[in-house]
Amino acid sequence: MAMAQRVEPERTMDPLVVENLSAYYGEKLAIEGVSLGFPAKATTALIGPSGCGKTTLLRCLNRIHESSTGAKVAGRVLLDGQNIYDPETSPVAVRRRIGMVFQRANPFPTMSIRDDVVSGLRFAGGVRSRKRLDEVAERGLRQAILWDEVKDKLNLPGRSLSGGQQQRLCIARALAVDPEILLMDEATAALDPIATAQIEDLMNVLAKNYTIVAVTHNMQQAARVSKFTGFMYAGEDHVGRLVEFGETDQLFTKPREKRTEDYITGRFG
Amino acid sequence: MASASVAAEGAMADKRATQWRIRRIWSGLGVGTAAACAGIAAVTLLVIFGYVIAKGVTALNIDFFIHLPRPVGIEGGGVSNGIVGSAIIVAISAVLATPLGVLAGIYLALFGRGVLAEAVRFLADVLSGVPSIVIGLFAYTVLVAPLKHFSAFSASFAFAILMLPIIVRTSEEAIRTVPRVIREGALALGMSTYNATINVVLPAARGAIITGLLLGVARVTGETAPLLFTAFGSQFWEVNPANPMAELSLQVFTYAISPYEDYHRQAWAGALILIVAVFIINLAARMALRSRVSRG
Repeated sequence: MAMAQRVEPERTMDPLVVENLSAYYGEKLAIEGVSLGFPAKATTALIGPSGCGKTTLLRCLNRIHESSTGAKVAGRVLLDGQNIYDPETSPVAVRRRIGMVFQRANPFPTMSIRDDVVSGLRFAGGVRSRKRLDEVAERGLRQAILWDEVKDKLNLPGRSLSGGQQQRLCIARALAVDPEILLMDEATAALDPIATAQIEDLMNVLAKNYTIVAVTHNMQQAARVSKFTGFMYAGEDHVGRLVEFGETDQLFTKPREKRTEDYITGRFG
Repeated sequence: MASASVAAEGAMADKRATQWRIRRIWSGLGVGTAAACAGIAAVTLLVIFGYVIAKGVTALNIDFFIHLPRPVGIEGGGVSNGIVGSAIIVAISAVLATPLGVLAGIYLALFGRGVLAEAVRFLADVLSGVPSIVIGLFAYTVLVAPLKHFSAFSASFAFAILMLPIIVRTSEEAIRTVPRVIREGALALGMSTYNATINVVLPAARGAIITGLLLGVARVTGETAPLLFTAFGSQFWEVNPANPMAELSLQVFTYAISPYEDYHRQAWAGALILIVAVFIINLAARMALRSRVSRG
């Protein structure tokens, strides 16, 4: 098992490139030596069994990993060639360019639907103009294909919506600050099949304009929404590593690695 | 052979049924004892409430609320200065303690790690157990003695110290109950830690924080001991916090230990007002906790 893989040469020009990334929780090494590039305007799925470090990798990409106590990172993550872990780069600036949607929909408890969508612009972007915020709220909700369902109840709490609607609200909120990249951490794991299908359709639309990285434990979903897939696996030492990265079609039909084949054919995990 | 084993099984089942019955009896006894204790606690409160109402209501009239105390021997008079004084002293103490307490709660819940945070938590718990008369003495030492002057402000200072640990610990708990994923959601939008805390986390904890604040207010509203050598009391109308000021619970105390029947009746009436005030504050605290989701 190679300690530090290299980023494949044709991937070094991608908008988001991970170089030899390791992440720790306190003293515990969670992922090690991960290197890959996320291609522009396409969805890349990260798959692998539970505990393989796919969510940890995702959380390193917008520096939300370090909000956990004792969490540390080594290696580089290049956003348009700029290392987001440079000492002079602020995590706040990184997160304005890299949005994130979480496994559990997390509308802000005290906010209305409208306020929730514009909260990033208001509290991170300093935008105060009511008219501008209303425009952005509508644009974000339309992008997240939620507008028609909520346009008459923008002042109701976000929590009054159904689970699938709440998750699309969170996508609208992430899109409202105009990110370049969207991270999705098992965004459909808590949803029913219909709501899941709606989110997947939405992901396929958004992939035309955004670079999306989606963690999923559902291989069928990876096949449906992603153009590229990375397979991660943690061995006996419980340290997650990237086993294989490639176009989704290739990875699922002609995997190069034995462990990838074992996983996708259901022999473990 | 077969019939013997059936008989043995029957004996086993009988034994199990007996054990089951004994367990049921013990369980019933346990629940009954617990319910009786809860009942005693509730009945005690009701008895006190009823007694104060019965004794106090006869002295309650409109004069009691709008008049100043009258000298002994002159019928009537009220405690208007004490009611206003209590409100002023408690309000100033809340203004002093709230920002400090909520900020400390934020620190403990979100940023506090290691020795310092543990020390703050421990000291807050100790502080909440310090007798109020000691806190009053402290206020006397740092504010009254150097200035050679009793003042309502020194009473507010003492009350603020009494409220502080309640506000600190309830704010901490309130903020802790805001799910981590809510805070991360705010950070993921590019909000600074400050903005995420102020605009997302604190509003989500608002109801429980207000509850803590009201509980702190309720805690000091009935306090008398620290007032003896801070606010000191006054027979006159006084609203300047730099001067000695009348305070309702202090008036109750003074009237109660006086030898005059008329004053005794007024003491009961004052006690009734205090109990009702604390009751209402506690009710408000519960309502604040319930209305957690508001519209932004």
